[in-house]
Amino acid sequence: MTTYKVLIVEDSPTMRQLIVFALKRLRGLQIVEANDGVDGLKKLSTEKFDLILTDINMPIMDGLKLVSLVRNDPSYKEVPIVIITTEGANEDRERALALGANEYITKPIQTTKIIEAATRLLGL
Amino acid sequence: MAVNDEEHRRASSRAEEFLQVFKKGAEFTQELLKENERLRFQVLRLQEAQKKSTPAGSDNEEIVRLQRRIDELEQEKSEILDRIKEVEAENLDFANRYVDIENENNMLANLYIASYQLHSTLDFNEVLQIILEIIINLIGGEQFAIMLLDEKNKYLKGFAAEGLEVDELPEITLGDGIIGTMAQTGENYFVDDLEGYQKDFTNPMVCIPLKIKEHVIGVIVIYSLLEQKSKFAEVDYELFTLLAGHAATAIFSSKLYSESERKLSTIQGFIDLMTK
Repeated sequence: MTTYKVLIVEDSPTMRQLIVFALKRLRGLQIVEANDGVDGLKKLSTEKFDLILTDINMPIMDGLKLVSLVRNDPSYKEVPIVIITTEGANEDRERALALGANEYITKPIQTTKIIEAATRLLGL
Repeated sequence: MAVNDEEHRRASSRAEEFLQVFKKGAEFTQELLKENERLRFQVLRLQEAQKKSTPAGSDNEEIVRLQRRIDELEQEKSEILDRIKEVEAENLDFANRYVDIENENNMLANLYIASYQLHSTLDFNEVLQIILEIIINLIGGEQFAIMLLDEKNKYLKGFAAEGLEVDELPEITLGDGIIGTMAQTGENYFVDDLEGYQKDFTNPMVCIPLKIKEHVIGVIVIYSLLEQKSKFAEVDYELFTLLAGHAATAIFSSKLYSESERKLSTIQGFIDLMTK
């Protein structure tokens, strides 16, 4: 069975747990957690991931900066990125998608949408 | 004699004429008979052809039988179509129920995580932080606060907030206004007109008492929701009450723990001083 590695970048431990719990319903996922953008980048430099889920508003490095850096890295050019954020304005969505995010999901948590996005982007 | 000859000659000429006419008549009759025969033959052929194209009595019975069968099949088809419609409606009902159950399942799973997180620490500030995270991520609150009751002086004071400063919050006397009344009665409050709500620190859009059984230790007050959250879902009302219960227990336990830790530290310091 193929195992997909998923990176969750989120500063709120509660939200991280909510996302982890949602994704655990899908089989064959190995989930790694990061507290912020910098922590996420560190993990991306040491491991290969098949999917990244990130918040936008985080200390040290926000999610948009992370998306931009990831998209400029040739080894992560194609890896799907899902944004999960409190920012619900259209401009925020468009900005994130223009930077290279594949999916934009707003908070409060939408478990079904997260599962659907992961299923589709990983081709499960 | 000459007259007789003449008469004889005339008679013979007439007889010859008659014979000629008779011969022609005989020929004509022959032709008519031939024509008649030909027409009879043609009529027979046409009758046979008609016989072949027109069904006989037994064929008509077969047609009636087939027609009856067609009617039966049409009836059967109509019944099957009705059944398909019923099954489709049932499927839709099952699909809707599946979505409802899935949503409920998600809500319970989220609630499990939330309560797990709430009870994962005995640090008072950490508990308050977790409550704030839960209100943002599970309910979609944008500006909100946690106010705790000073039981000795009977007033509520802000302890933690998101999207606003704690200092902005007024102290509310128990029983005063919406916040004070909800803290006194232990009832949940939701503003009637969510869309028309104007932020007012003494009149929140939502006020949820933090209760341990019937004992209120504080309230959660919400002043605005995230842009994408225009209204509360049915599950939110349930979620508020369930979370308020868990949050109250977590706050109460962590407060007791902090106090006992502080007392322990004081006693330990005193003992250390005495035994030196």
